[in-house]
Amino acid sequence: MSQSPSRQPRWLIFSLAIIPIIGLGVFFLWPFLTLLAEAVTGEAITNTLTRRSTWEIAWFTLWQATVSTVGTIIIGLTPAYVFARYKFHGRELLVGLLTAIFVLPTVVMGAAFLALLPTSLDRTIWAVLGAHVVFNLAVVIRVVGTMWEHLPTDMEAAAATLGANRWRVFTDISFPLIRPAVTAAAAIVFLFTFTSFGVIRVLGATGTRTIEVEIWRRTTQLGEISEAAVLALLQLGILALVVLWSTFAQRRHSRALRLEPLSPRRTPRTKGERRFVAIVVGCTAIVASVPLIALAVRSFSTPSGWSTTAWTNLGQTEIRPGIRIGIDPVNALGNSLRIAVWATLIAVVVGGVAALAIAAAGRSGRFLDTGLMLPLGASAVTIGFGMLITFDADPFDWRASWWLVPVGHALIAVPFVVRTALGPLRAVDPAMTEAAATLGAAPARAWREVVVPYLWRPLAVGAALAAAISLGEFGATSFLSRSGGETLPIAIEQLLGRTGSLLQAQGYVLATMLALTTVVLVAIVDRLRDPGQNEAEGS
Amino acid sequence: MSKQFSPPTGRGLAGKHGVAVAAAAALALTVAACSSDSNDDSSTEPAGTVAIANPPVPPTASSSPEGERSVTLVAYDSFPESDTSLNDALNQFTDETGIDVNLLIAGDTGTMLAKASLTAGNPEGDVMWGIDNTFLSRAINDDIFEAYVASNADVLPDELTVLAPNGEATPVDFGDVCVNYDIAWFGDRELAPPNTMQDLTDPAYKDQFVVQNPATSSPGLAFLLATIDEFGADGWQDYWTALKDNGVEVVDSWTQAYYERFSWAGGGPKPLVVSYGSSPPAEVVFADPPREDAPTGVVATTCFRQVEFAGVLRGTAAPAEARELIDFLIDNQFQSELALNLFVYPANVNTELPQEFLDFAVVPAEPRTLDPALIESNRSAWIDEWTELVLG
Repeated sequence: MSQSPSRQPRWLIFSLAIIPIIGLGVFFLWPFLTLLAEAVTGEAITNTLTRRSTWEIAWFTLWQATVSTVGTIIIGLTPAYVFARYKFHGRELLVGLLTAIFVLPTVVMGAAFLALLPTSLDRTIWAVLGAHVVFNLAVVIRVVGTMWEHLPTDMEAAAATLGANRWRVFTDISFPLIRPAVTAAAAIVFLFTFTSFGVIRVLGATGTRTIEVEIWRRTTQLGEISEAAVLALLQLGILALVVLWSTFAQRRHSRALRLEPLSPRRTPRTKGERRFVAIVVGCTAIVASVPLIALAVRSFSTPSGWSTTAWTNLGQTEIRPGIRIGIDPVNALGNSLRIAVWATLIAVVVGGVAALAIAAAGRSGRFLDTGLMLPLGASAVTIGFGMLITFDADPFDWRASWWLVPVGHALIAVPFVVRTALGPLRAVDPAMTEAAATLGAAPARAWREVVVPYLWRPLAVGAALAAAISLGEFGATSFLSRSGGETLPIAIEQLLGRTGSLLQAQGYVLATMLALTTVVLVAIVDRLRDPGQNEAEGS
Repeated sequence: MSKQFSPPTGRGLAGKHGVAVAAAAALALTVAACSSDSNDDSSTEPAGTVAIANPPVPPTASSSPEGERSVTLVAYDSFPESDTSLNDALNQFTDETGIDVNLLIAGDTGTMLAKASLTAGNPEGDVMWGIDNTFLSRAINDDIFEAYVASNADVLPDELTVLAPNGEATPVDFGDVCVNYDIAWFGDRELAPPNTMQDLTDPAYKDQFVVQNPATSSPGLAFLLATIDEFGADGWQDYWTALKDNGVEVVDSWTQAYYERFSWAGGGPKPLVVSYGSSPPAEVVFADPPREDAPTGVVATTCFRQVEFAGVLRGTAAPAEARELIDFLIDNQFQSELALNLFVYPANVNTELPQEFLDFAVVPAEPRTLDPALIESNRSAWIDEWTELVLG
């Protein structure tokens, strides 16, 4: 497919690409460039680039992200396979739990993750790498799993019949086919771990810094915005190179396949198969549930013993007569849900048309693809501050507009939608489009009838991820000024930043609520996206 | 790739934008210089205030129609957004003056100041609440405030106003960062809690103390400043070496120190933690189950004084309203709500403290402090030196 030039009419590609291009330009590139133009000085560049610590931090950021990514992929492939291929009880719940772990704010997940670790590993590089792997498992299971579900099973079966063992089937047949999705998942995990902030601060040894942590520190603690902007540029520069490489890699390895709408999942048949599935599911279940259980346990614990007050008092903000916390959890949940709905709508529409445009545009699509990934790798500080100084005068005086928060969330969520959708879209066999054309369909019609239908399922998966990301987003939200009340993650951070056992317990109540909301959301979307599958499973 | 996808207008608009700001600033200066003195609060200014402190209000302030006056208060994120008696007090201000108060939460103090510096002259709001003395010099250097001396400034004690003698900003509250100890932990071991900074290096308190990294935490920085105040710019290094030898633990944030490592609140191994002077009363007020005595105490000689300021943001579109709000912020009506909402002491000398505070909070007789200008000019170097020494 990569050899064949784009078959789609130019107007189609252009009209699809225009929305994501404008969105990215207005809400990311423009603010980012404005911030650079305003903040970067020659002196700051010299200071930053000649400082030894800059390069130590850059090196640490790069290697820990690389190791985390490789580890996540290696560990994640097996469960991704099992989740894509086999039917078992509690599948949806597990996917929901893993997604919750992925999106929950790291300030609480970090604390919960400590419960998993032996004390000797607390606040070491192993804790950081372990947390990165566990928190990002959902990305591999979702992105690679979605691709795997679409792969025809008969090739694997045929190879097995011809005598290939399980490993040979994987290396020779399955892996080359899922490779684009693996690259896509790896890119996302890399971006997340490269810009890691909360995990580093909570689980890393004191003073451990990624570029992201250093940008935050220079901005908020030292007030050196110029140096922070140079670091943001450096961070984005390194990332752009990595992402560009991965985009090329993903296209180069794309193969046209006869995709099936959905290969049905089946129950494990042989004894060996049953044992294999049981072990994989069991391990995944432990990893997915222990941190969340630790979270829930903390919502009941106070220094003087167990208590349910934080739960029973939830709707009531008056702690003592006349004394209120000033943080309304129910209101925060409402805010978070409202913002998540908008962010998801934006991300699905923009990400959906972007995926179609990228798939249809052939070679030049990679630029849009890379561009849309950039906000994921941009520092939260640059997104928040860029918007602050860009949209500050008529007719663009949008500071503190309520919709800037969902737009900021959508910027981060769009790449997930695109990456989930692209794999299956690119793998659509061109022969099918050709066949449609032979039967007399105009190129645009052939495209609409053949390619577009492959969008819906991955789009649903992308929507669930987008909503979950919005619910848990902390960084960019915390740098945008707000006047309409806090989101759940912000409220959690606030509660855990103040003295008082009731406030601490209530912070963990909110974290538990956020986890539950995410699990429910993922389950709902899973049901929406393939009712047939679930009916079959239910019967 | 940015060549292909940056919007063609991007740089152009950014450029134009810069020109527009410069033009607006020039205009504002001209207007300010030409307008007559229209504020009516000069009569009540305390004696000795420099005349330059209150520049005249530009006439553009009256551009908003009568009855729709509003003012935006920019505050840090622990300022309650609604629902509390502090918000009720702001509503009373609206009832009395007809000025609506919009609250804009801008992040933690450092983030809020960084934003204000970036937008100096074209601010997000009209009044800013909560710049503390460790950040005050930067705020003044970055020119984010418009000088104003509150008409009722005589309610403020001299030791607070002296920090901003020309009305660069108005002190609104103060509090302390102090070493806290777990009363039960020391009681169980029949060990007296430490009394002085020097005690913390005593082997009797080995491996018992957790502090925050001053590079990433404001209480951590305050404690470092307290040690610099005690041992001097050339002596604190030895003290920290001794602390390190005595097993001091450093974590990155207050939340981690207090809720993960501190023996009382986090069930951790450390009975001594850097927190706030008001943490003990907060432990009583927000206790679950309710309790009548504080579980923690404060080592008063370790306390570093943090004074918070409010100011009129330069470039405000509502300077008259902003000034009225500043006056209200130090009025007893508002000040009396501070203690139990923000867990700070009111700056107004006439404001009485609630009983929970009188019972459990320690107001150190001689809190440590450093000149804001000294903090600003040395902060970066001190933090780097500290990092090298303690974490290196």
